[in-house]
Order: sequence, then C-alpha cells, then structure tokens
Amino acid sequence: MKNNKTARSYLVNTLVIAAAFILFQVLTGLFGSEGDFKLVLVPSLWQCCYLILLAASLNLVLGFLGQLSLGHCGFMAIGAYTAALISLACERAGVFTDKAGLVYILIIFGCIIAAGLLAAVTGLLVGIPALRLKGDYLAIITLGFGMIIVNVINNLPFCGQDGLSQGSAAASLYKTGLGFGSKAKVTYLWIALVVTILCLTLMFMFVRSKYGRAIRAIKDDEIAASASGINVSSYKVLTFTYSAFFAGVAGALYACANSSLSTSSFAFTNAGILNSTFVVVMVVLGGMGSLTGSIVAAVIMFFVNYQIANGSWVAALPPFLNGVFKYPMLVYAVVLVIVIIFRPRGIFGTYEFSLTRLPEDVKKARARRAAAKAERKEAVSHG
Amino acid sequence: MSTFIQTVIVGLRLGSVYALIALGYTMVYGIIRLINFAHGDFIMVGGYTIIFTVPLVLALGLPAWAAVLAAVAVCALVGMGTEIIAYRPVRKKGTNMSALITAIAMSLFLENLAQAIPAIGPNPKVADQIFTAGGFKIGSVTFEYTTVITIVISAVIMIVLYMFTQKTRLGRAMRCVSEDKSAATLMGINVNHTIILTFAIGSALAAVAALMYMAQYPRIYTTLGSDLGIKAFVSAVLGGIGIIPGAVLGGFVVGLFESFTTSYISSSLADAVVFLILIVVLLLKPAGIMGKNVGEKV
Repeated sequence: MKNNKTARSYLVNTLVIAAAFILFQVLTGLFGSEGDFKLVLVPSLWQCCYLILLAASLNLVLGFLGQLSLGHCGFMAIGAYTAALISLACERAGVFTDKAGLVYILIIFGCIIAAGLLAAVTGLLVGIPALRLKGDYLAIITLGFGMIIVNVINNLPFCGQDGLSQGSAAASLYKTGLGFGSKAKVTYLWIALVVTILCLTLMFMFVRSKYGRAIRAIKDDEIAASASGINVSSYKVLTFTYSAFFAGVAGALYACANSSLSTSSFAFTNAGILNSTFVVVMVVLGGMGSLTGSIVAAVIMFFVNYQIANGSWVAALPPFLNGVFKYPMLVYAVVLVIVIIFRPRGIFGTYEFSLTRLPEDVKKARARRAAAKAERKEAVSHG
Repeated sequence: MSTFIQTVIVGLRLGSVYALIALGYTMVYGIIRLINFAHGDFIMVGGYTIIFTVPLVLALGLPAWAAVLAAVAVCALVGMGTEIIAYRPVRKKGTNMSALITAIAMSLFLENLAQAIPAIGPNPKVADQIFTAGGFKIGSVTFEYTTVITIVISAVIMIVLYMFTQKTRLGRAMRCVSEDKSAATLMGINVNHTIILTFAIGSALAAVAALMYMAQYPRIYTTLGSDLGIKAFVSAVLGGIGIIPGAVLGGFVVGLFESFTTSYISSSLADAVVFLILIVVLLLKPAGIMGKNVGEKV
C-alpha cells in the first residue's frame, strides 16, 4: 500500500515537472529573442539555479546533519574553476570551435560532472579531518579551508589570468570555454534547469533514504545515534562529500553564466550576493532541514537582491533609506536575528512541499488555525 | 641576520595586536561558549571612532592617541549592546548553533551598517599619524617608536588583565561564571552583569587593538574587522580558547608565522599558512596548545 503511494507521488511529480519544463521550452521558443526575456529573465534564472543548488546542498550539512560549515563557497570555487579550465583546455585543443553543436553540449555536461566530482573529492579530503571536530570548531575549520582553497587558487599559475599557465597567477580568470553570452544563455537554459532538477531530486532522495534518517538522528543526538549503531563519523563525511558535489555542480553552472571568474566572489564575505555567509543566511532563513525552504529562500533573496540592485523604486527612496538598501546584507542581518529569536529553525522549519500531500497539508493548516481561533475565543469568554 | 631580527620584531608587533583581539574572543568564549564573530567588527568600530575623534582631541591640545579613550567607550557600549539585544535572547531560547548564526548576523550587521552610514562609506579612510614617527637603531636593526610602543603597551595591558582576573573580586566572579553558571548564581554572583562586564572589557581591548593597528597601517575600511578578527580568532584557538595566557601565546605564534611567511616565502600565502597552522593544531590537539581535553557529559 505504502509502496503504491510512493510510486504515485513519484509519477505525479515527474509529470508535473515534465509539463512545466515543456511549457518553459515553448515559452523560450516564443520569446527567446525578446529583450526583457533574454536580458533579464533568463540570466536571472541561471543565477537562481546555482543559488538554489548552493543553498540546498549546504542545507544537507547545516540543516539535516546539524553542522555549521562556513566554507561552502570554496567547493563552489573548485567546481567553477574546474569547469572553466576543462572547457578551455578542450577549446584550445580544438575539440570544439564555435561553442555549439552536440560535442559542445557533451563537453558542458562533462565539465559539470567533473566539477562536481573534483569538489566532492576535495570535500572528502577536507571532511575527513575537519569532521572530527564539531560546533564552533567545525565552523572555524571549514572557514579556514574555504579561505585556503581560495588562496591556493589565487597562487596557482594554472588558474591565473588567461588560464592553463598562460599569463601570470592572479585572482581572476578571464578566459573560459563556457561563459555564455546572453544568447547562449537562452539556448542552453534547459541545461541549467535539467541539472538543477536532477540535483534537487538526488538531494531529496538522499534525505528520504536511510542515510537521511541516519543523519537526522545524528543531528538530534550524536551519542544516542552512535549507540544505536550509526557510524557517526562516516555518515558525517559522506554527507559533507555529497554536499560538496552539488556545490561543485553549482560552481560549474556559475562558470557557464559568467564570462570571467574571480576568487574574491567565492570568499567568506564580500559585497556581493555570492559568499559563504550569504549561503548560510539563505539556508537559515529558508529553514534548517527543509529543502523546499532553501529553494524558496534562494529565489526570494535573489529577487530581493535584484530589485535592490536594479529596481527603479530604490532610486526614488529618500537618501538615508537609499544607503540602507544599497547594502541588502544589513537588512538580511536584522531579519536573520529576528528569525533566529522567534523561529529558531527557520521560516519553513522542517516542512517539505509535496504535490500529493498538498491537500492534506492545507486541511491540517486550516484545522490548526480553527483550533487556535476557538482557543482564543474560549480564553476571551473566560475573561 | 638583521632581516631575521627585523622579521621577529614585525612578528611581535603583529602578534601583540592579534593577542589583544584574541583576548576578547577568548574571554567571551570562556564565559558563554560562543564564538563572537562580531568581535572583529568591534575593531572596525573602534578604528572609525578614532578617526573621527582625532581632530577633536588635537583641537583640545591633547596627543592624538588620546582618541583611544573615546574608542574604548564606544566599543564597550557596542559590545554590551550586542550582548543585550542579540545574544541574550537567543541564548535563552536557542541552541549553540543558533547563537553562532546570530553572531555571524551581528557581524554582517555591523559591517554593512558602517558601509551604509554616509560619513563612513565603503571606501578606505586614511588615519592621521598617531604616535611620533621615526625610530632608533641598534646595530643594523631599526626599531620604530610605533613598534616599540605597540609591544610595550600590549604587554602591560595583558599583565593588568591577568592580574584583574586572578586577584580582584570581579575577575574571580568572571572565572566562576565561566566554570559553572548555576553554581556561580548560588554563590551570589550576578551572572548577567558578569557577562556584560566581560563583553565590555573584551570590546575595550578591541578598541586598543584598533589604535595599535592604525598606528602601523593607517588605512581603515569596513571589512577590516573580518580580516583581523579571523586571524585573532585563530590565535585564540591556537592557544586554547577560553584561556587568557593561551590567547597571548597564540597571538604571538600567529604573528611570527605570518611575518616569517611574508618575508621568506610569499606575502600572498601568509593567510593560507596561518590557517594551515590552525588546522594542524585543531587536528592534533583540538583544545589548543594550553587547553585541556574535556570529555563530553551524557
């Protein structure tokens, strides 16, 4: 009976996703060359895709495993540089010339997978020593590893300026075989969407498997978990590696969406939207232990950031508010503290959105609200 | 040989700044088991206070370094405010993790608030000369006045702080609270007051560190706090977090490592080396050089 239900929910989800995807392809066909669609919506979707992957993958470690990692963007940097350099090597070797065709698509996918794998290997190497520690120490050591990764990339001649040992070692890489322009972004948007959906599915499956249950047990009580036969350290390293893989994939998507890479954009903090702290903010606001929450938070925060950076209404604000909105992190920091105080597990908590369970959830929420109302009424009538 | 000695001196100077900051981390961690990520930003607050009060102080006919008094006051207030507004409510309700995230949030808040204030803004500001320029020579080694003053003042402050925690009533209360909060309450110690006092002292030290730093590198920017703070934090962990002499030792070790890497290997690798030490220490002896391993209670 239960199996039947699971099968049905998989079927429903697959159908809905497929329908949405086809709808999107049709839309792309219709509006692909139009200004706003090409210049605003599609680049935004690319950014949303890698932010979603980044937030969701960190949530595996932060929300489900309950360990704070502050170097998540380091893995993303590895993914981004791997993808950019492999594609560049292919281009210089003459495997493809005009950034189109079947070979190019295969190379893109190859780059994405290689980026994920290399990030995962790094995650494994970092995780084995780092996860011996926990809590504050783990936070710091991951912060340290994140900085070391960035620092090493800065000093590798391989990753400097023109890439593959051309030009000197530097913080920025200007040549990549990916780096889509706005037209290519429209053409290859389906790659970003497919990759994101696939990765999210893999993460959902992980969380709902026996591994997911094990890591949630570890989060709740490490000692009790190990007493019930869960190998705590290997599960921790596994989750960390798995999460690093998706961060690497997010990095590859980033490399696709940006024409040049700079290590400062993967730092612990910086002025932009992409840094390890910001990812933590997304995960915490969305809900530690809710992939749905991470997705929603990533999209909303991207939108808010975009509005703050480009919205005409910001310029119309009085000058003193202008300063506040120029630094959206200021607002997020306040929101973060408020959320932590009033909803310590984030806005979505551990709630997961599900199409098949949606009617039930709505019913339950209504019942809860009604009960709360009745209680209030009773309290009033009792004086 | 003179390069070697010069490097040692630079290391000691850096180390004494790191040690002053690390003391703040360590005291707060010792008492509430929280890494105060915002501590680095207290330095930034102190730095900007100094920049803005130096002209005022000079107009009053006092030496420029007297501006540190204002910085100490402002930093202490900011530190106490952070504790009361953000940390205390979270500590009452949340877990260790939520406290840590609050600390990160406060750090972001202070950093971005500074940038949003028009008088400060995101661009670096240049400070006035704080101590007398120049120096003296012994053999072929130059001792700058700034360096000597930095090292001496830091040493004095550290000794005073150590005496304070060991000999005075308030210092004893601090040590009691960090050992066992509930027992301290039973002994008639006001735990909340003690925690606030700790924040005030830690932040005041950050203000002094800001003065020392600016005496050497008269450029200040809003993310200065996270750059300096992280290294100071490494020092605190290195020495054994929660232990006051440990923070001093860690500060000097990190300072020396940094200056030697800079002058003998490469300045761009200095940060990586600092973290490498941290990682090695955490893996070999997670409690730090002077720390004791404490088992987990079930």
